[in-house]
Amino acid sequence: MDKKFDYFLEGKTGKWEVVIGLEVHAQVTSNAKLFSSSSTKFGSNPNSQVSFVDAAMPGMLPVINKYCVEQAVKTGLGLKAKINNFSKFDRKNYFYADLPQGYQISQFKFPIVGEGEIILDMPYGTKVAGIERLHLEQDAGKSLHDQDPSNSFVDLNRSGIALMEIVGKPDLRSPEEVGQYVKKLRSIMRYLNTCDGNMDEGSLRADVNVSVRKIGSTDLGTRCEIKNVNSIKFMQQAIEYEAKRQIEIIEEGGAINQETRLFDTKKIETRSMRSKEDAHDYRYFPDPDLLPLMLEQDFVDRIKNSLPELPDEKKARLMSSFGLSSYDAGIVVSDQDISEYYEEVAKNSDYKLAANWMIVELFGVLNKEGKDIKDSPVSAKNLSKLINLIKDNTISGKIAKTVFEDMVTNNQDPEKIVVDKGMKQQSDPKELEKIIDTIVENNQEKVEQYKSGKDKLFGFFVGQAMKDTQGKGNPKLINEILKEKLK
Amino acid sequence: MSEITKLTLVELIKKIKSKELSAFEATTAYVNRIKKSKKLNTFITETLDQAIASAKNIDDNNLKTGVLAGAPIAVKDLFCTKGVQTTASSKILKDFIPPYESTVTSKLWGSGAILLGKLNCDEFAMGSSNETSAYGNVINPYQKNNENLVPGGSSGGCSSAVSANLTSATVGTDTGGSIRQPASFTGIVGLKPTYGRCSRWGTVAFASSLDQAGPMTKDVADSALMLDVISGHDEKDSTSVNIKKDEFLKNLNKNIKGLKVGIPKEYIVDNMPKEIQILWDRGIEWMKESGAIIKNISLPHTKYALPTYYIVAPAEASSNLARYDGVKYGFRAPGKDLIEMYENTRAEGFGNEVKRRIMIGTYVLSSGYYDAYYLKAQQVRRLIKNDFDLAFKEVDTILTPTAPSSAFKIGDKTDDPISMYLNDVFTVPINLAGLPAISIPAGFDEYGLPLGLQLIGKSFDEQAVLNAACALEEKISFKSQVKDWWM
Repeated sequence: MDKKFDYFLEGKTGKWEVVIGLEVHAQVTSNAKLFSSSSTKFGSNPNSQVSFVDAAMPGMLPVINKYCVEQAVKTGLGLKAKINNFSKFDRKNYFYADLPQGYQISQFKFPIVGEGEIILDMPYGTKVAGIERLHLEQDAGKSLHDQDPSNSFVDLNRSGIALMEIVGKPDLRSPEEVGQYVKKLRSIMRYLNTCDGNMDEGSLRADVNVSVRKIGSTDLGTRCEIKNVNSIKFMQQAIEYEAKRQIEIIEEGGAINQETRLFDTKKIETRSMRSKEDAHDYRYFPDPDLLPLMLEQDFVDRIKNSLPELPDEKKARLMSSFGLSSYDAGIVVSDQDISEYYEEVAKNSDYKLAANWMIVELFGVLNKEGKDIKDSPVSAKNLSKLINLIKDNTISGKIAKTVFEDMVTNNQDPEKIVVDKGMKQQSDPKELEKIIDTIVENNQEKVEQYKSGKDKLFGFFVGQAMKDTQGKGNPKLINEILKEKLK
Repeated sequence: MSEITKLTLVELIKKIKSKELSAFEATTAYVNRIKKSKKLNTFITETLDQAIASAKNIDDNNLKTGVLAGAPIAVKDLFCTKGVQTTASSKILKDFIPPYESTVTSKLWGSGAILLGKLNCDEFAMGSSNETSAYGNVINPYQKNNENLVPGGSSGGCSSAVSANLTSATVGTDTGGSIRQPASFTGIVGLKPTYGRCSRWGTVAFASSLDQAGPMTKDVADSALMLDVISGHDEKDSTSVNIKKDEFLKNLNKNIKGLKVGIPKEYIVDNMPKEIQILWDRGIEWMKESGAIIKNISLPHTKYALPTYYIVAPAEASSNLARYDGVKYGFRAPGKDLIEMYENTRAEGFGNEVKRRIMIGTYVLSSGYYDAYYLKAQQVRRLIKNDFDLAFKEVDTILTPTAPSSAFKIGDKTDDPISMYLNDVFTVPINLAGLPAISIPAGFDEYGLPLGLQLIGKSFDEQAVLNAACALEEKISFKSQVKDWWM
C-alpha cells in the first residue's frame, strides 16, 4: 500500500472532499418482461415486442415473472445482501407519453433486497462500499423526438422490461472509486448472468448523487442528483464538474439547491433539470393488482447453493493457490471473460508468467486496438504455448516478444513461428562454448582489461555472444560460460 | 314470443337443450324486445345481427353441449369484448374496440351463450344511478306516478335489461354495491361474489382491490348457474384465488334449518323509509319460518365504511384511469404540446363524477396526506374486515336491507354527490371486506317500487348465501310488476 487516498479538490478556502452515492439501474437478463411475456430482445423493430399489458390496454393485469425475481435474489446474494422474504410492489404515478400505464410498478417501502456491500480494490487498499437496497421495477418505453419535425414517436419495446435499481450508500469519495464501483458491480452481475452490463445498449445506467464537504467534516452536504448517466467516463466527468461547481457556489457564500441535473456529454457540464420544489409527487401506493411477494426460504437457499464463484472468492483462490499478487489477481478476476481466459492459459502453463503476459503484453495490445478479451487476436491456447516455450528455454523472453507480435498479426501457433523463423533459442552449451571461445580469442585485449578489474566489459562479451547467435543464444547459459572462460 | 323472454335462464336453456325451443327462437324473441325498448337506453352497443347468426349456427350445428348453449346474454360495457366496442360508458373510450375478450365473458361464450350487446352503466362504474354515463341515463322499467326513475348503478343497464326482459341474464361488476343496489331498484337478483372468485382480467378497472364481476338474474337459481360459469382461477389475474370450483346450481338447497342468521344493529340508519325496516323485519320472520336461528350481532365499524370506501376507491381509480391519456387508444383532443393534449383529452373525455373521484384519489395519495387518508383508510378497512370475521364466528350469514331507499327520480341526487354516495351504505362494507353478498327482490314500497334484501356470507361461501337466498325467495314469492309501459 504505497499510495494514499488523495482525491481532494482545492478550493479558495481549502481542500474539499467529494461524497458520491449511486443509484444504478441494471436491466435484468431475462427473455421476458417483468409482468408480461413479451420478448426483451434489444434492437428489434419499434413496437414489435409489446403485449396488451405493456401497452396498458384497458383491463390488463400484471403477473410477476418468477425468473426476474430469481435474478434479483441472485444479485442480492452476490452483493452479500439481506434477502427480504416479504416485499411489495408499489405504483409510482406520473404522466409521460412513454409510460403507458401512467405509473411505473416499482418497490418503494418493501424492497426485495436490503443492505449489502461491494468490495473495491483501490491502489490505496481495499474499500467496502455499502449497498442500501435493491428493488425490482419496470422500465418505461422510449420517446423518439428526432423522427419527425412536428411529432414525437413512442417505442414501447422497452416498456415493462425488468430493472434492478441498486441504491448505494454515499460511501464513494472520488471518480476513481465510482469507476471501480460500477466495474465491480457490473462484474458481479456478469458472473451471475443477471445483467449483461452493456452500457451502450442502456442495460446499465446510473443516477449519480454528488455533494461536497470540507476535509474533516462528517456532515453530508446538500446533494444534487445527476440523472441517467450511461458510461463510466461520463459519470466521472459529471462528478468532477459537479463537485467543482458546488465548491465554487459554497465558497462564494451561496448554498446548494437540492435538485435534479442533467449531464451534457458534449459540453461536459451538468445543467439543472428541476428543483426540489418542482419534484414530482409520485403518490406511491401498493399496487392492488399484485399480491405481496413472499419468498420461501427454500427458494432463496436453492439460489444461494447454485451461485457461481464470484470475483472476490475467485481472487482469493488465485492468490492462495496460484500465488498471484493481489493486484494481478484483482485484474484477472475483474471480468469474467478475462478470468476465463486466464484460467485457460494458466491451466497448461506457468500461472505467474500467464498473469504477467496477459496484463502487460496482451492488455497492451487490446487497449491499443480497442478490443475486448473476447475478440483477442491471440487465443488462450496459443498464449499458453508461448509461455511454455519461454519456460522450457526454447526461446528467451526477448524473442518471445517478437513471436508475440507475430501472433497478434496472424494468431499463429507460436511453436510454428519459432520453427519457421528459426527463432529457437541456442541452448546447446557446446555450441555456445565454441562461439564464446572465438569471441575470447578475437578480443584478447579486452579480456586482459576485464581481468584487471574492468567488470563492466562483461556486458560487451554478452552482447557479442548474442550478436553472434542472432539473439537466439540462451542468456543464462551465455552468462555462465562467459564467467567460466573469463576467470 | 314475449313469454320466452319471461323464462328464467335455467328454464330457457332447458327448453333449448330439449329442442322445445331453438336458439334462434330464443334469440329472436330477445332481439325483437330489445328493438322495441330503446326508450330504456339500456344498450350502448347492440350486436343483434351477429346474435341471430350465432343462434342459427348453434341450431344448425347442434352446438348444445355448453351449459348456456343458446342463451342470449348482454353484458355490462365494462367487460372487454373482442371486436365489439367497449366504452365503460365513457367518451374517453368511444369507438375503442378491444382486440381481446375478458376472462369472464369468454367463459360465457365458451359455455354457448350468445352476445346481444353491451349494456350501459355509470362512467367507469362510478355512480349509483347510471346518470354519469356519457351515453345517457338508463331508465328503470318501474315508474313512480308515471315518472321515469333511475335503475340504480353502476350496473344500471344490466339491472334494467334483466328487469325488462331484454336479456336472459347478465354480468355486472360490483365495487361498492354496483350489482346489488341496482338489483334492488329493479326487482331482480344480483350477486357479488367473494373478491378473487371471478377473474378481473379484461374488465375495465375502477378500484382494483374492490372490483368483482357477478351475475344479475331473474332468480337465485339463475345466479347460481351464472356463477358456475363465470367463476374460477385465472393465471392472468394475480388476485384471482385458486380454490376448488364449486357447483353452485347443483348444490343449491332451500333447506336452511338451523342456519344462523345475523342481524347487525348498525344497519339501522337515520331517515331510512319505514317500508325498508318493515321489509327487513319481515325478512327476519321468513328466515325464522324456514327454520333459521336469528342472532343479533354488532359490526361496530360500519359507520366508517362509506368514508373509507370513498378514500380507497378513488385512490385506486386515480391511478387506474391514468392510462386514458390520449396517447395509445381511445379519444384524443389535440393540444399544442403533450401536456396540453393530456389536459384537453382528459377534460373532454371524462365526465364530472369521474373527474371528482380522480381528484379525490390524487389528493388522498399525495405526499403529506397519504398517512392521514389512504393509510388510515387501509387500517379502518382492516377493522371492518375484522368485524365480519368476528361476526362469522357466531353466524353463517347476515341479513340486511340492500339499499336505504327505492329507486329515485332521474336528476334527484345529481347535485348532491354525498346523498348519492349514501345509497351504498349497506353494500360498501361487504366490498371492503371482500365478502360475497346477494340482493334479492323482497317486496314493494308504497309506490309499487321494488326493494331488496341483502344476504352476506363468509369468504368463498357463496353456496350458503345462495341457499339462504333460495329459501327466502320461496317465502317471498316475488312477482315482477313491470308493465312494459315503454313499448
